[in-house]
Amino acid sequence: MLTGMSIPPPTDQVAHPAIHVHGLEKSFKNLKVLRGVDIDVARGSIFALLGSNGAGKTTVVKILSTLLRADTGTARVNGFDVATQAADVRESISLTGQFAAVDEILSGRENLVLVARLRHLRNPGTIADDLLRRFSLTDAASRRVATYSGGMRRRLDIAMSLIGNPPVVFLDEPTTGLDPEARIEVWQAVKELAEGGTTVLLTTQYLDEAEQLADRIAILHEGRIIVNGTLHELRQLLPPAEVEYVEKQPTLEDVFLTLVGARTDKEQR
Amino acid sequence: MTKHFLGDTAVLLGRSLRHISRSPDTIITTAIMPIAFMLLFVYVFGGAIQTGSDSYVNYLLPGILVITIASGISYTAFRLFLDMQGGIFERFQSMPIARSSVLWAHVLTSLVANLTSLVVVVLVALLMGFRTGAGLLGWLAVAGILVLFTLALTWIAVVPGLTAKSVDGASAFSYPLIFLPFISSAFVPTETMPGPVRAFAEHQPVTSIVNALRDLFTQQPVDSDIWTALAWCGGILVVAYVFADITYRRRIS
Repeated sequence: MLTGMSIPPPTDQVAHPAIHVHGLEKSFKNLKVLRGVDIDVARGSIFALLGSNGAGKTTVVKILSTLLRADTGTARVNGFDVATQAADVRESISLTGQFAAVDEILSGRENLVLVARLRHLRNPGTIADDLLRRFSLTDAASRRVATYSGGMRRRLDIAMSLIGNPPVVFLDEPTTGLDPEARIEVWQAVKELAEGGTTVLLTTQYLDEAEQLADRIAILHEGRIIVNGTLHELRQLLPPAEVEYVEKQPTLEDVFLTLVGARTDKEQR
Repeated sequence: MTKHFLGDTAVLLGRSLRHISRSPDTIITTAIMPIAFMLLFVYVFGGAIQTGSDSYVNYLLPGILVITIASGISYTAFRLFLDMQGGIFERFQSMPIARSSVLWAHVLTSLVANLTSLVVVVLVALLMGFRTGAGLLGWLAVAGILVLFTLALTWIAVVPGLTAKSVDGASAFSYPLIFLPFISSAFVPTETMPGPVRAFAEHQPVTSIVNALRDLFTQQPVDSDIWTALAWCGGILVVAYVFADITYRRRIS
């Protein structure tokens, strides 16, 4: 059975993890969503929580971002307990939910200024302008978000999450519903985040997304983490690769990106 | 956390006021139905209604102001519902801000929007011949009662805003509130109503509020009506606030 195949993480990760989850359980009425989840995420790493729809990924993220209370188990984020030190946790995190949490009636810049003000930062205008530049949204800065494309909305959403440089960022299915180009833009943004030392926990149902981004990958299935390791370690769970001769066809994604890749849309960075 | 309450509320109030300034139709829509009622009752039904007042629009305006508030507060439920639907509510909840400021910003926005609609309705009434000898103190007392009534009804509106499953559900609760003035002294004196209806009309909040406003406008000495009105507004405010607070805590825990 897969349950016994968890790979112990390297010891230095356990010492001061950015996220530490142990024995997390959560039920909604009679439905047991989480049945004892254990996760440790090292500082500055990208951790992907992989699972099918309804596996409980969003529930984990909501508990870690203090939006939901767990029934039992402990969860610490940036060293703070999510149940007893919720205010400290909120100072340490930002959440980008499944649906872009942006204000459609405000402009992109106004959205950023709003969040900077709510984080009680000085110079909210300067912070907003910096992020607009970093996420290639300067041209659209004064347009209402309702007119943005899906990819622009997501970029703004992530930009809003970075205000105040929270050490831990949660991204719940950051690329669901995006077209391939927008996905790559989001991936780029996530990689830059981790390079800057931010810890990223992302959930996804796309295997290639986890493969592209994550330092470690955990698979959540029926309320438990059934495996947890690096991509390399996960591959070794299966028998060694056999050598076969296969004609390598380009994927549809390759074709699509090649055909539209040369476009000169100003939305492109 | 609470040390940021005022600042956070101010920032979020600025956000929703910006929403309103970008869709001023919400203020117009709020004012249109009461104005239509006012035109209908003054120019169609009014001639046949005996109120003992020399000008029907003078008699009618207090009730129209109550209807204006009752229809205006449904936008609070609507705006709150939209925040809950989009992810922005969860973003606010996961941020280090004073949590109650999210609700207070919506409530204060309702106050600003409703007062604007009330001013529009009063201006139309003046054009239709409404006159009052009330001085500054009288107007302040009228404004005070209207503010208190708006706050009370807005806190009621917060509950469906937080719990509704659809946009229609979020605003449907206001229909009975809009209807309530019709069974009160707002349009006709209660003396003409049959027994049980009259008993209801005379003991429901709208009648005492309308009578108090009418006394203030006509510079009659305000009798017990104003205290009954204030007691109703204060009582509704406290009960609605407690319910809204419980609902909110349930939603965010």
